[in-house]
Amino acid sequence: MGKMIINGKECEFTNERNVLEVIRKNGFNVPTFCYRPDLTKDFGACRMCVVEIDGRMIQASCTTPPAEGMVIKTNTEKVRSIRKTILELLLANHDRECTTCDKSGNCELQKYSEEYGIKDADVKKFSQKKELLPIDDSAYTLVRDNNKCILCGACVRACDEHQGLGVLAFTNRGSRTVVQPMVGKDLAHSECIGCGQCAAVCPTGALTVKSYTEQVWEELMNPEKKVVVQFAPAVRVALGEMFGLEAGENMTEKLNAALRALGFDLVFDTNFSADLTIMEEGYEFIDRLNNGGKLPLFTSCCPGWVKFLELKHPDMVDHLSSCRSPQAMMGSIIREYIPQYYPEVTKENLVSVSIMPCTGKKAEAKRDEFKMANGGYEIDYVLTTQEIARMIKAAGIDLKNIKGEKADSPFGKYTGAATIFGVSGGVAEAAARTAYEVVTGEELKDVVINDMRGTHRVKTVELDLKGTKVKVKIVNTIAEAEKCIREIKEGKADYQLLEVMACPGGCINGGGQPISCNDSTIKEKRAQGLYQDDAQGEYRKSHKNPDVQELYKKHLEKPNSHKAHELLHTTYTNRRKDCYISAGE
Amino acid sequence: MTLNIDIKEEQKKSQEQMAKQGLRVLVCAGTGCVANGSLNVIKKFEELGANVSTLTAHDKMTIVPTGCHGFCEQGVLVIIPDMHVTYVKVKETDVEEIYESHIKEGKPVERLLYTDPNTQQHVFKNEEINFYAKQTRTALANCGKINAECIEEAIAVRGYEALANAIKENNPDAVIDTIEKSGLRGRGGGGFPTGRKWRFTAANKGGKSYVVCNGDEGDPGAFMDRSIMEGDPHKLIEGMAIAAFAIGADEGYIYVRAEYPLAIKRLRKAIADAEAKNFLGKNIMGSDFSFDLHIKEGAGAFVCGEETALIASIEGERGMPRPKPPFPANKGLFGRPTLINNVETLANVPVIMLNGADWFAKMGTEASKGTKTFALTGDVNNTGLIEVPMGTTLREIVFDIGGGMRDGKKFKAVQIGGPSGGCLTEEHLDIPMDYDNLIKAGAMVGSGGLVVMSDKTCIVEVARFFMNFTQNESCGKCIPCREGTKNMLAILQKIVDGKGEMEDIETLETLAKNVKEGSLCGLGKTAPNPVLSTLKYFKDEYIAHIKDKNCPAGVCTSMTTYVIDEEKCKGCSKCARNCPVGAISGEIKHPYTIDQDKCIKCGVCVSNCPFKAIERK
Repeated sequence: MGKMIINGKECEFTNERNVLEVIRKNGFNVPTFCYRPDLTKDFGACRMCVVEIDGRMIQASCTTPPAEGMVIKTNTEKVRSIRKTILELLLANHDRECTTCDKSGNCELQKYSEEYGIKDADVKKFSQKKELLPIDDSAYTLVRDNNKCILCGACVRACDEHQGLGVLAFTNRGSRTVVQPMVGKDLAHSECIGCGQCAAVCPTGALTVKSYTEQVWEELMNPEKKVVVQFAPAVRVALGEMFGLEAGENMTEKLNAALRALGFDLVFDTNFSADLTIMEEGYEFIDRLNNGGKLPLFTSCCPGWVKFLELKHPDMVDHLSSCRSPQAMMGSIIREYIPQYYPEVTKENLVSVSIMPCTGKKAEAKRDEFKMANGGYEIDYVLTTQEIARMIKAAGIDLKNIKGEKADSPFGKYTGAATIFGVSGGVAEAAARTAYEVVTGEELKDVVINDMRGTHRVKTVELDLKGTKVKVKIVNTIAEAEKCIREIKEGKADYQLLEVMACPGGCINGGGQPISCNDSTIKEKRAQGLYQDDAQGEYRKSHKNPDVQELYKKHLEKPNSHKAHELLHTTYTNRRKDCYISAGE
Repeated sequence: MTLNIDIKEEQKKSQEQMAKQGLRVLVCAGTGCVANGSLNVIKKFEELGANVSTLTAHDKMTIVPTGCHGFCEQGVLVIIPDMHVTYVKVKETDVEEIYESHIKEGKPVERLLYTDPNTQQHVFKNEEINFYAKQTRTALANCGKINAECIEEAIAVRGYEALANAIKENNPDAVIDTIEKSGLRGRGGGGFPTGRKWRFTAANKGGKSYVVCNGDEGDPGAFMDRSIMEGDPHKLIEGMAIAAFAIGADEGYIYVRAEYPLAIKRLRKAIADAEAKNFLGKNIMGSDFSFDLHIKEGAGAFVCGEETALIASIEGERGMPRPKPPFPANKGLFGRPTLINNVETLANVPVIMLNGADWFAKMGTEASKGTKTFALTGDVNNTGLIEVPMGTTLREIVFDIGGGMRDGKKFKAVQIGGPSGGCLTEEHLDIPMDYDNLIKAGAMVGSGGLVVMSDKTCIVEVARFFMNFTQNESCGKCIPCREGTKNMLAILQKIVDGKGEMEDIETLETLAKNVKEGSLCGLGKTAPNPVLSTLKYFKDEYIAHIKDKNCPAGVCTSMTTYVIDEEKCKGCSKCARNCPVGAISGEIKHPYTIDQDKCIKCGVCVSNCPFKAIERK
């Protein structure tokens, strides 16, 4: 607690971790590249946030702790000059092909250069970047372009702090420094799990989501193709941000309409298959619990988490639920049954697209397990929230004002249990609702389990299913998941179900979501959007979803049936051989 | 606390042992002299009769390989204190003559004596050589006088006495008081009051804390820390143990650059010897004070001399600086309170503890007490490592200790403080050199590099040289330093290449100021100093390079031409025959000419011309 003077105005501070936060809280701003409120290791590298502090000369505000009586000026001749020099120097060493850059319009370097009025001549005073480094587009998930990298280290810290992986690191020194995977390998051969958190914090176009919009446009424009689309729970509460709406605003019906307007022939909701996941995974869990199966059971919705296990702990994959992720379940259901309901859709002309908050889903869709006999994959293209927003804009669709529509049937209905899949704890909460009723045979009145909610990293909840005690651990980020693995290996784990989502807070904060790295309240707002969707839902328990019930009745018979296994379950494998960590094994 | 050893008794025993050594012949075994063949000199001496009583005046002779004497340029140095003689530039082949003529017969070998460059007189005594005469050696007191690899010799010269006293008195606060009162300031460059740093760290007493010695001496041409580590490692170890006792640490690291293999070897031996004597390790001298000391070798990054980068490096992380706060005193190595001091600072500690704060405070100026070592190089007659009281003027250093300008060149400037320091000119020759005066003049004590430059030194090239160093050593973390040093270098290169434009000066100035104020750590904050100070004092020289395409010192090859004077040329063809690129042609007995397009300005023709007919312009 204390007071300081910022630009002549008396400002209060409480527990802000640095002067920068105090500045921002009090209605001022200073530019930053390397500062990210959700990353804890303050880096102090970009020096854009320098301010003048009386008696202390010029300091980076991001690494200066607030102190009583400080007198701060954020916009003096000196600090402006330093910031301009930094921008000029960065631009001189930058691939300045802005117009064709994936980050154009969203780029912080571009934004500040414009605000500070940097001219071409200012940049040309300095030695210009000469040779372009090769672009790494080896992975399905992300593209690395070191020519756009300003070495702010945000990606390095994200990979380390969130995921504990350290896939990206600084190599070489001084002006020869580059950020790259170990020993100069490309992303595809690194330990990258594709979570995209690096791209989510990248201020420039150095790390971007690999875009498949052109391929999807082509399919949409092809009159001979029937393009079927599904979208994930977390997409609906974030998409609006890219159209000037508040984070958390539920766009389900508007998105349904927009997708039809874009030319998608059938629009389904991944929430439907989330309900299906609860059926399959719930029954699998009860089965393991009753019949001495491998416990704790690991959720398998998150592709980053699955890949992490296959790469780093292949001895643990038998803990994973054999259930496919909701995306993959929907993919196989669409392939298998849509032609039965819609005769114009055939095996040959069906194109399956999914829209995800997640970059890892792009790689998941290309798993060998989901390869079809004809060499194609069950899901042809995975787009992120960012990409679909761009397509909607390009098509000139007024998303804000478009009239909402329902998804197509029969696989378009969803319950509140499904929609909260998008936030950490949601899968566990949804599973608990169904498990309770299945195990006890009684109706669950109060469906909300508050202890499972919230975006914080670790939650442990004990459930009492009328005498059957079940302990659930919920974590997000792989850094936390790794701790759980250690617990289990040391025999210290006392829980039977482990829910893991790789992104901090869950899918709402996935690598494919609209960029929100300067505002840590956004993921909370998105989470609230999903909880609200749940609260307003007609059904709130997965087994009550009428479309799910019909699917079992007509096609799958019962959860974990032979047919269900064929369509909705999968296998896991040791993937160390795909990655440099296998060297020497 | 009661100790289980009597250090005074140990001292007496060691002194008696030394007295039995007979005639002590000190041969420098510092890195410089080793490179000049001192190991062979030592071997030769031993072959001739070390430890054998074939002498008349002495019953035997002991060859003592010592640390650096500082006068490396004159190495190999052989000093025989009992005979009051210092031999310089001694070769293996000279040893026999010294032995036979001087040691046995008492006739000095005059040709191996130091010759005063000004008087051309031979000088016998070490203390009469002008290089040594004006020095005051405290940190370096034992360097060159004792066998660096022998703990007994260190004990004989009061080694570990201060540590024993401190532990016996058991008053850590009093130790800090003494250091504070002495006015000792950080010798690594920053000049932060050492006692205050100790007090800050001691305030966090209770849990685990560390003492770290910064021995990552990276400035080009600086070797004071190396000399101490090689020549008197026990003094450093004792200083660290006293510091650990004062701040309540039980573990320490000496971070030494891997390019100092001899220092590492001697430190390892010294630590092992000290442990064997229980001067280090658990329950030192029977007290309840324990201190474990480790060596961490650096991997060649200059930036690891910056304390937070050094901490990162010890922790096994990439050597990149971290923002301060938190300061190491609060959160340093492995997140624990850490005291980091430079080698020379720590080496001063035992001396201060033995002689008292007042004794130390008598030396130096009002705000900078004690002595400071400098590495003196450049266009002076005597180069090497010196230690002088703070407040000594540049004039004394250059013209007395340094013996004046070499080859009668004219004094132009001094680059002080290495690549982080600045340029001082004739007008600064008489200012007393201390931390504050140097900062005022736009330079800094830094680690103590002192390069003397004459009118034959191109100042722009000097700035380019240092900028090349810092930009190579920038860690790449913060943008101003990474990109700024690169571009300052590019502009300086452009100017020395003769392609500079007048706007470049302004760009350079703005860039230098913003890099200085905007950078994260000391490396970036000081990297522009050579540029700023040379621009301040020698802007004309920059302009001459840009406007007139002329390097006044005649150094920048891009602006020099070699011309054959038709009058003087006799047409002997020697230049043409020696030109490596065939740029010179002509007819025998007629004046030759140089094809400027082909000429690579190597200067071979000038040195070959018997008639001095070729001029460099």
